[in-house]
Amino acid sequence: MKILVCISHVPDTTSKINFTEDNTKFDSNGVQFVINPHDEFVLTRAMWFKEKQGASITVVNVGNISTEPTLRKALAIGADDAIRVNTEATDGFYVAKQLAEVIKNGGYDLIMAGKESMDYNGGMVPGMTASILDYNFVNACIGIEIEGNKATVTRDIDGGKEILSTELPLVIGGQKGLVEDKDLRIPNMRGIMMARKKPLKVVEPVDFDPTTVITDFEKPTPKSNCKIIDADKVEELVDLLHNEAKVI
Amino acid sequence: MAQDLYQAPDYYHLDDLLTDEHKLIRDAAREWIKREVTPIIEDVAQKAEFPKQIIDGLAKIGAFGSFIPEEYGGSGLDHISYGIIMQEIERGDSGVRSTASVQSSLVMYPIWKFGSEEQKQKYLPKLATGELMGCFGLTEPNHGSNPGGMETKYKDMGDHYLLNGAKLWISNSPFADIAVVWAKNEKGRVHGLIVERGMKGFSTPETHHKWSLRTSATGELIFDNVKIPKENLLPGKSGLGAPLMCLDSARYGIAWGAIGAAMDCYDAALRYAKERTQFGKPIAAFQLQQKKLTEMITEITKAQFLTWRLGVLRDEGRATSAQISMAKRNNVEMALNIARESRQILGAMGITGDYSIMRHMMNLESVITYEGTHDIHLLITGMDITGIPAFV
Repeated sequence: MKILVCISHVPDTTSKINFTEDNTKFDSNGVQFVINPHDEFVLTRAMWFKEKQGASITVVNVGNISTEPTLRKALAIGADDAIRVNTEATDGFYVAKQLAEVIKNGGYDLIMAGKESMDYNGGMVPGMTASILDYNFVNACIGIEIEGNKATVTRDIDGGKEILSTELPLVIGGQKGLVEDKDLRIPNMRGIMMARKKPLKVVEPVDFDPTTVITDFEKPTPKSNCKIIDADKVEELVDLLHNEAKVI
Repeated sequence: MAQDLYQAPDYYHLDDLLTDEHKLIRDAAREWIKREVTPIIEDVAQKAEFPKQIIDGLAKIGAFGSFIPEEYGGSGLDHISYGIIMQEIERGDSGVRSTASVQSSLVMYPIWKFGSEEQKQKYLPKLATGELMGCFGLTEPNHGSNPGGMETKYKDMGDHYLLNGAKLWISNSPFADIAVVWAKNEKGRVHGLIVERGMKGFSTPETHHKWSLRTSATGELIFDNVKIPKENLLPGKSGLGAPLMCLDSARYGIAWGAIGAAMDCYDAALRYAKERTQFGKPIAAFQLQQKKLTEMITEITKAQFLTWRLGVLRDEGRATSAQISMAKRNNVEMALNIARESRQILGAMGITGDYSIMRHMMNLESVITYEGTHDIHLLITGMDITGIPAFV
């Protein structure tokens, strides 16, 4: 079984968020980047397929050269080889177009991606990729088993689980539940040394104009201080809600 | 201990000077410490136990002989890699870092540098995986800063050597499988010998009731007519210069390690100062606390760059013993001062085991003394810049 794991390179969730170029670009100065947390669960589940069912794992990222350390980490964790599509990941559809090309050329049976990336939270790429290729698609997966050509996939739904059966080739959007936090792997020194020798192929993007352009980022309004109004001063409360907070 | 919320300070983007592989190694060590060490470390420190269960993990993150070539089971990495691994481990605990330092710099290093091919093949791969643990015997009850006066000696008995004497303050001694021991021959020349646990007349009593490095096992090495096979002598180098080369490697690792302890204290103090409210605002809003925090991050940043530069020099084979002394001395004192200032910021909470600060502070009292005392390192630098030794 050939597995492709799609890896996003995202700011660590503790990063301070700032924007440049008139609030149209994320300011990456001094920001630490990590494997998208959803993708890390997916990659770990893929490792189980590798170890228990002899699958091969290719990891792919659509991004410029600054994303290579993230791919190297995935190789150090245990992926067999990596592909970087050498272009800026501008929007979800653009990324899906690029991934679809990689998948067409590589002939993968199972494409595993995190259900969304933790930076822009678009949540579009896995579904769009499957749609472009006309592959089966299951989102928000918390469990997956493969036997031959058949896949049994467990989804997280409101208040419970949904169990589906489908066939390869298949795209899944995965999340925690595929594996748990304790199962996530820290690259060991042997893995880091082996990763040096594993192939990381850089491919050029397919020609395609992004369909959306970011015009502005806005940060949430900072929380204001709490005002305590005495219980017997209802009129003052109403006045503040009406004239200052303007909510009534 | 409370949940480990550690975020490493990097005020001047030192990360930009590290390679991607350095950062991968560093992040792996950092993650492993967070997952495997900080959840247990306070408990084992309170009980004064060495956490044997983490030996395998230490080996896996490359804490044992990362600079040893791959053919002997090491990782063949540069000295900056070794340094950043030590930094991350000491961020967790100086005692754990001590165990790793001893294994790497004081046991694997001399066998690699001065050992025969057979000794390298026999010991290094097993030391790299932690299957064998080692210790290093130089300091004696009557000879600390003056190791040249050592009394431990061996006699050539024809088909073996006979070793007699005692070593004190030996990290890892109570559980070590082998000891690299420095002793004088009949001509008074210092040589290294590999002593194995189980050899008749060799014992390793543990030193109890320490208030420092409580997670690291410390003890003595006692040699009472121990028969040492001749093939256990390290043939590559003799004289005091041999153990001093090992100490250079260990002190270099300590210089990095101390930064880790300082970073952990600063990070805890900064977070606490922003959360703790007095007089209606966070204590971080008060000038006296800002002074403490500002001076801490300034000192950490200076130490980070000093030590990174030392790493570059060491990788180029140009770092001198005196330069290593300066970094070890500066960084450990810096870390100890930061531990004390951080403890002040946390007030009474700072003395509890809910925070790592008091443990770091107590550990650093050993770190400032071992591997060359604070004063001796000053005299090494003094001798280097004046050309005049002031030891005697």
